[in-house]
Amino acid sequence: MKRGLDGPEPETRPTPAGRRNKQGIRIDPEIEVTHEPRRTVISALVEHEPGVLSDVSGLFSRRQFNIESLTVGPTEDDERARITIVVEEPDPGIDQVEKQLRKLVPVISVRELEPDAMRRELALIKVDAERPAEVAAVADMYNAKTVDSSPETATVEVTGARQKIEAAIDTFSQFGIREISRTGTTALARGTDRTAGSDSTGQPADEANYDGQYTETATND
Amino acid sequence: MSERAAKVSPPDDEQDDDQITDSAAPDAATEDDAAAGDADTTLDPVTSGAEAVVRALENAGVEYAFGVQGGAIMPVYDALYDSDIRHVTMAHEQGAAHAADAYGIVSGEPGVCLATSGPGATNLVTGIADADMDSDPLLALTGQVPTEFVGNDAFQETDTTGVTTPITKDNTFASDSDRVGSDVSEAFALAGAGRPGPTLVDLPKDITNGETDREPDDPKVPDTYQVQERADPEIVAAAAERIENADRPAMLLGGGVIKGEASEACREFAIEHEIPVITTMPGIGAFPEDHELSLEMAGMHGTGYANMAITHCDTLIGIGTRFDDRLTGGIETFAPDAELIHVDIDPAEISKNIHADYPLVGDAETVVEQLSEAVDAAPEATKWRAQCQQWKSDYSMAYDAPEDEPVQPEFVVEALDEATSDRAIVTTGVGQHQMWACQYWTYTEPRTWVSSHGLGTMGYGLPSAIGARLAADDDQEVVCIDGDGSFLMTLQGLSVAVRENLDITVAVLNNEYIGMVRQWQDAFFDGRHSASDYHWMPEFDKLAEAFGASGYRIDDYDDVAETIDAAIAYDGPSVIDVHIDPDANVYPMVPSGGDNGQFALTEDQL
Repeated sequence: MKRGLDGPEPETRPTPAGRRNKQGIRIDPEIEVTHEPRRTVISALVEHEPGVLSDVSGLFSRRQFNIESLTVGPTEDDERARITIVVEEPDPGIDQVEKQLRKLVPVISVRELEPDAMRRELALIKVDAERPAEVAAVADMYNAKTVDSSPETATVEVTGARQKIEAAIDTFSQFGIREISRTGTTALARGTDRTAGSDSTGQPADEANYDGQYTETATND
Repeated sequence: MSERAAKVSPPDDEQDDDQITDSAAPDAATEDDAAAGDADTTLDPVTSGAEAVVRALENAGVEYAFGVQGGAIMPVYDALYDSDIRHVTMAHEQGAAHAADAYGIVSGEPGVCLATSGPGATNLVTGIADADMDSDPLLALTGQVPTEFVGNDAFQETDTTGVTTPITKDNTFASDSDRVGSDVSEAFALAGAGRPGPTLVDLPKDITNGETDREPDDPKVPDTYQVQERADPEIVAAAAERIENADRPAMLLGGGVIKGEASEACREFAIEHEIPVITTMPGIGAFPEDHELSLEMAGMHGTGYANMAITHCDTLIGIGTRFDDRLTGGIETFAPDAELIHVDIDPAEISKNIHADYPLVGDAETVVEQLSEAVDAAPEATKWRAQCQQWKSDYSMAYDAPEDEPVQPEFVVEALDEATSDRAIVTTGVGQHQMWACQYWTYTEPRTWVSSHGLGTMGYGLPSAIGARLAADDDQEVVCIDGDGSFLMTLQGLSVAVRENLDITVAVLNNEYIGMVRQWQDAFFDGRHSASDYHWMPEFDKLAEAFGASGYRIDDYDDVAETIDAAIAYDGPSVIDVHIDPDANVYPMVPSGGDNGQFALTEDQL
C-alpha cells in the first residue's frame, strides 16, 4: 500500500540556483562572504545587583560564545557595575553577543570598544628568588612592582596590555615560575568617548559589520 | 481588567494607618472615595507580603491562577483565600504552567501559575521553558524556603532563580516584604511587554509571611527594558522599494504576528498587494487558510506548496519569526534567492539564523502599517501567483481513506474541524497528531491554535486545553487533539477538567506508538522500533470514565461523525479514544537539515 502524498518527485522539481552560507547570508557567486573570527572587547554597564554576573556568564556558556576573559567591578556609580568581556567570534557572533546581552533586564548598555581603547590586565607572578637582583632588573624592565619577597620566592605585579603580560611571563620564566594569577582584561574607551552610556541602550540592530582588522594597542606604558 | 484596577485606591504610605481603621468599616469611607464609585472602592490594606503579592495580581487584572499548594507557598494561598481570583488546583505543576501558558496565548494577557519550593518549582520548569521558547506571556510564582535556610540545602529547597535563569525573560528572588508586591507587579508587566515571555518571582516564606503595609506599585517594566515600536524609516523605504520590484514575493508570518496583534494588518497588506502568504507553525491562524493567497504552513511538515514557494521566492517578508531550524531546514538552501525583509520586535532575532537584508526592528502591527504606507504599487507577480496555485494542485494535501482499512488520522482531524465552529480552539500535544492537526484543520482566526512549538513538549495538550477553556469565550469550542503517548504524560489533568466541569473534547489519535519517533525509526533507523512501541496503552475511554469524564471510542469510519458530534455536544470533559491506522505517517517531510524544496511525499523519497 502506498503511504504518502501525490506530486512530482524531488528530482523532477526545479531548484533555485542560489545558496546561502552557514551564517545565513546569500552567496554572491562572485564574492563569497565569510566572516573570520576576530578578538574584541565588549563592555557592558549593568545594575549592581546579585546574580547579574551569573546571568551574563550563563548567557555566554549556553549560547556557546567563545569567551576569552570576563572581568567585573564597581563603577563611579554605586548602583552600577561594569563587565568587560573579551570574545573571539566572527562578526555575526559578536553582533549576537551584544544583542543578547542587551536583552538581559539588568543590563543597561552594551558596546563593542574601538580597537584603540585602553585595555589592561594585571598579573601576579611568583618566581624562585635565587637571583633577586636579576628578578628586580626584569621587573624594572616591565615596570613591575615586587609585592612580596621571601628567601625562596619573589612575587611581582605587572599591569598592561595582554601582550606585555605575556612577554613579562615569558621573561620571568627564566627564574622558574612557581605560580601565576592573572585577571582578565578591563577596558575603557579613550578621551571623551563614553565606554557604555545610556545612549547606547536598546539600539536597533546595527547591520554595519566592522570589517577592519583587529589590532591590539600594544602600548607599554 | 481596567475595571478592577480602578477599584484599587492609590497607595499612600503616610496615610496607611488611617486607612486601616477607615476600611475596617467600609461605610465610613471618606467622602472622596465614595464619590469615586460604590462602597467597594477601598480595599482592605495589605498586612503581609503574601497579601501584597495577591494584591499585585488583582491590580494587574488577573482572573485565574493555576497551581498546586505546598509548604513554602502556603502564605500566598492563604491570601488567595480571600481574593476574587479564581485559583484552579492542578494535578501536577507542569500542567499549571501549561494551563497558564495557554491562557496567555488565548487571552493575550500573561497567565499566572503558582508552585511551592523544590519539587513544585522544578515541576514548573518544563512549562516555563515551553513558554520561553514560544514567547508566551507567563508569570510563575514559586514558594521558597525561609531566607535564613536558603543555601543550606533545606527541606524542599532548590535554587529556583538559578534553575530558571536560562528559561525566563527575567526572574527575581524576593528579599523584602515591603517590595515583594512591586516585584510581582513588575514581573507581570515584563511578561507581557515587548517580546512576551515567562517571568518568575521566587517568594521565600519569611518574606510572604512578613508584615508590610506597602501596597504594590502599578505594573511597570523596569527602565532598563526598552522596546522599539517603530522601524527605521529609511530601511522601511528601502524594503518597500524591494517589495514593489519583486517578481516572486512571499510573506512569512510567525507567532509574533499573533502576539503583536498584527494579523489584521498583515491580512490587509497581503490582500492589497496580492502577495502569497506562508505561515510558520506558531503563526497558524495569522492568515485565513481558506484564502486563495494562503499557502499554509512551511517547514519540516509544511505543505509542499509552502515549501516550494519559500524556496523559490525572490523577496521574503518575514514577520515575527525566529527562523527555527524546523522551518528553515538547512540554512544553505533556505530561500536561497530571496532578499529577506525581517520584522521583529526583538533585535536579537535579526540576522540570528538567516541574514536580514532589510532589518526592521519594531512592533509587528506598527511596522506593517509603516510598510503599507511606504509601498506605492503592488508587485507585478501574476506569473508567480499562478505558479503558487499550480504547486497547490501539484502537491495537494489529499489522502486516501479506503473504507476497508483502519481509520486515517487526517480524516479524523477534518471531521473534528467540520463538527466545530470557525472560532474553535485547537490544542495539541507533540508528535504526529500535532502535525496532522496543523495540516488538515483549516485555521482562519488568530489565537485558535495552541501548541508547543519550540520546546516540543509532549503532554502539553490536555493542560493547555484547560487554560484555553478558561480564557476562551463560552461559545468557542475547545478541542484537544492529542496522541496516545502525549496524553499519557499529563492525563491526570482530567481530574481538574472534571472538578471544574470544563467543556473540552479530547480526541486521542491512538496508534499505540510514539508515532513520530516510530516514523523516524522507519526512515532512518532501519525500522528498529526501540522503545517507541506502546501496545500496552490503557483504554482511554474507560480511563476517562474512571475520572468522571465522558468516554468514547472510535474503531472505524462509521463511528467517526456520530461519535465526534456526541463528544462535542457533551457539556463537560469528554475523551475520544480514536484507534487510527498504526502505520500512518506524516507527509510531506523535509528531513532534518534538508532542503525545503526537496520534501518527501512518501517514505521512498526520504
